Amino acid sequence: MKTSNDRIIGQEIVDDRESVTFGANRDKDFSQEPMCLSGRGVTRVFRTGRITTVAVDHVDFDFHKGELISIVGESGSGKTTLSKMLLGLLEPTDGHIFFHDKLRDISSGHKRRQYWKGIQAIFQDPFSSYNQFHKIDSVLLDCINMRGGKSLPKDQKIEMMTEACSFVNLKFAELTNKYPFELSGGQMQRLMIARIFLLKPDILLADEPTSMIDACSRATILDMLLNLRNETGMTVIFITHDIGLAYYISDSVYIMEHGKFVESGPADKVILDPQAPYTKRLISDVPKIHEAWDLSTVG
Amino acid sequence: MKRTLKNIFHTPRFVIGFIIIAAIILVSVIYPIVSPGNPMKNIGQGSFIAPGTYISSYDVATVPVYDSTGANTKIFELGEDAINNRLRVNMSVEDRETMIGWLTSLKESLGEGQLLAGENANATVTEEVTKVVDGVETTTQVEEEREVVLLENLTSSDADAEKLAELWIANYNDEVKVKGYSTNAQRRNIRQLNTRVSRMMSGGTITVSIGDLQPKELKNTDYIPLSKVANVINLPLGTDNFGRDVFRELIASTGTSLLIGLMAGVIATVIGLMIGLLAGYVGGILDDILMFIANLFTVIPSFILLILINYSLPASSRGAVLCAVVIGFTSWVWTARSVRSQVISLRNRDHVNLSKLSGHSLLRIVLTDILPYVASYVVMAFILQVSSGILAEAQLSMIGLGPEAGNTPTLGLMMNWATKFAAHTTGKWWAYFPAIAVIAFISFSLNLMNTGLDQVFNPTLRD
Ligand SMILES: Nc1ncnc2c1ncn2[C@@H]1O[C@H](COP(=O)(O)OP(=O)(O)O)[C@@H](O)[C@H]1O
Ligand SMILES: [Mg+2]
Repeated sequence: MKTSNDRIIGQEIVDDRESVTFGANRDKDFSQEPMCLSGRGVTRVFRTGRITTVAVDHVDFDFHKGELISIVGESGSGKTTLSKMLLGLLEPTDGHIFFHDKLRDISSGHKRRQYWKGIQAIFQDPFSSYNQFHKIDSVLLDCINMRGGKSLPKDQKIEMMTEACSFVNLKFAELTNKYPFELSGGQMQRLMIARIFLLKPDILLADEPTSMIDACSRATILDMLLNLRNETGMTVIFITHDIGLAYYISDSVYIMEHGKFVESGPADKVILDPQAPYTKRLISDVPKIHEAWDLSTVG
Repeated sequence: MKRTLKNIFHTPRFVIGFIIIAAIILVSVIYPIVSPGNPMKNIGQGSFIAPGTYISSYDVATVPVYDSTGANTKIFELGEDAINNRLRVNMSVEDRETMIGWLTSLKESLGEGQLLAGENANATVTEEVTKVVDGVETTTQVEEEREVVLLENLTSSDADAEKLAELWIANYNDEVKVKGYSTNAQRRNIRQLNTRVSRMMSGGTITVSIGDLQPKELKNTDYIPLSKVANVINLPLGTDNFGRDVFRELIASTGTSLLIGLMAGVIATVIGLMIGLLAGYVGGILDDILMFIANLFTVIPSFILLILINYSLPASSRGAVLCAVVIGFTSWVWTARSVRSQVISLRNRDHVNLSKLSGHSLLRIVLTDILPYVASYVVMAFILQVSSGILAEAQLSMIGLGPEAGNTPTLGLMMNWATKFAAHTTGKWWAYFPAIAVIAFISFSLNLMNTGLDQVFNPTLRD
């Protein structure tokens, strides 16, 4: 399902990636799939002193199994806050979140740990995502332990870590006994993907995973992410400020403005026929989406 | 970790501070082992004995100078200024004033007559010298260089001592009646003074006799090795008002004060760290309660609190340890506050979120994801707590609320005694200055170490 404008859609794609599959199952109707994460009236208000910020304002959403959902919005629109609530790292001030059709219950430490076996994340800034005092090995070993592999023999663990690393084009033998800060931003983010490879969660939440790394590494990272998704069939919630990229990779899109979803639906419908003025503005900011592309205009 | 340590030890400020404090600690640990003794023992009677080396005069007199073999004889040439030294030490200012007074009276009674010049004075004076060579009397004119020493120019200062003594020797005459020195007692005093002065000037022998020993003759070129004197007391810093050796006391005090500072620092840092971590990471109502307590401690200055607590404790129970505990318990607040604010900014960091997502327990997150990030700060805070603990002890002791002086002196107590006995107003610098200097050195070196650490841990502060 490759199209001729693979290489140019979205500001983050600068080179031609053979293996990137366009919006994987664009034709598939995900609304028939079982629900895996949904929310009703989810709200988060921050109070610092006298100032109150409504970061996320009564949003409703339904994420289906296997779907790749993009949440698009400008910086400060509340995307990260929403993702923290989805991950259970931040309490919603109001509203309910449903996990596999049941009201999510993460009230105890044990329940939270169970929940995190099913939902994992890649954060925006790889440089602050790692504990700088821990070696790379311990990051990967934590994942094996979490999947119940604590008692596995040592060489099997090494084999699993080597496999995970080679999936993201890293050599475990070169990384072992090193610290994360000895890697480049792109390598760190790839290590994050290796982590997800080991954990194989049902849902992956990727919060602008390519926005803090150099342009050359971006396509590689996206490539690996989409490969992983194709391989495991997991649900991916992809957060980005880049509507072109969202159109390029996702099945459905949620457009977020000032903490509210102003428009949502299948990617084709939302982006090719936008209704909300905010969506139109976002699209007009990206030069030409479905016209013939001229490579010289891409910076 | 290794790299950080290497960086730290490449920071000149840290290294200088470290060397000073290490030297102070080493001396305070090693000296009592090498030279054991009770620092609180009164070794001298009378207060504020000046720094110096004291030898027993009895032992000096009994040191054998001449024995059958002469092996113990130590004869040296007298130095150039031997006489001057002797006069300086042995002829008191009053003696010199008496001499000037007597000579002045003599000059007045001589009327027109001049005082005779001293022996070595230079001025050109022509003298007729009559010599008898082989039964023939020859008279020759001899020109001599003589400086006319004017009595009016002489003072009782050390510089004039030798000239004064020479003038005295040249002019003293027991027969002459001098106005104002006519009573028998006065004349006897002057005669005794003359005996002493002429002995000092002549360098003759003294005969000493002690007990059963043979009387022996001491020449002024006889020297005795200090090692032959049985009892020598070295007081590099003199004694304090009680007659205690200040040097020994100072070293013992430094040890105790460092220990108090260390204990207070450990207590304050541990409490501050725990409260800061708990309040910062757990947050919510616990944070509110802990910060309310911290605010109480902030509003009431900790020094006032210290005074109140120490005042309410009976003096007999106020040992160094209790004092350290009280100081520690009143100074954790700012460590707690700053750890808390650091933890609050850390707890929302992505590496903490990732650790949560990896299923780590709260304790593990606090210990492995939060604590290492505040560790450098805590080390720095600890160093400052030690320094301020030592200062707090000194301040408390100065106002008499420090540790009770059982058998452990502290730097603060030494200063307290020195002030009480007015050492600072009577110029007995050795009683208070060393303690002040040690306190200054300790806090200087600790603060220097701290700025060195700051340079390593907060590279933005560099230059
Ligand atoms: N911990 C917080 N305390 C106070 N305000 C916050 C906090 N986190 C986010 N906000 C505010 O919420 C709004 C949304 O932030 P965020 O979710 O980070 O946006 P985005 O990820 O879309 O850039 C912003 O206005 C931000 O200032
Ligand atoms: Mg964000």
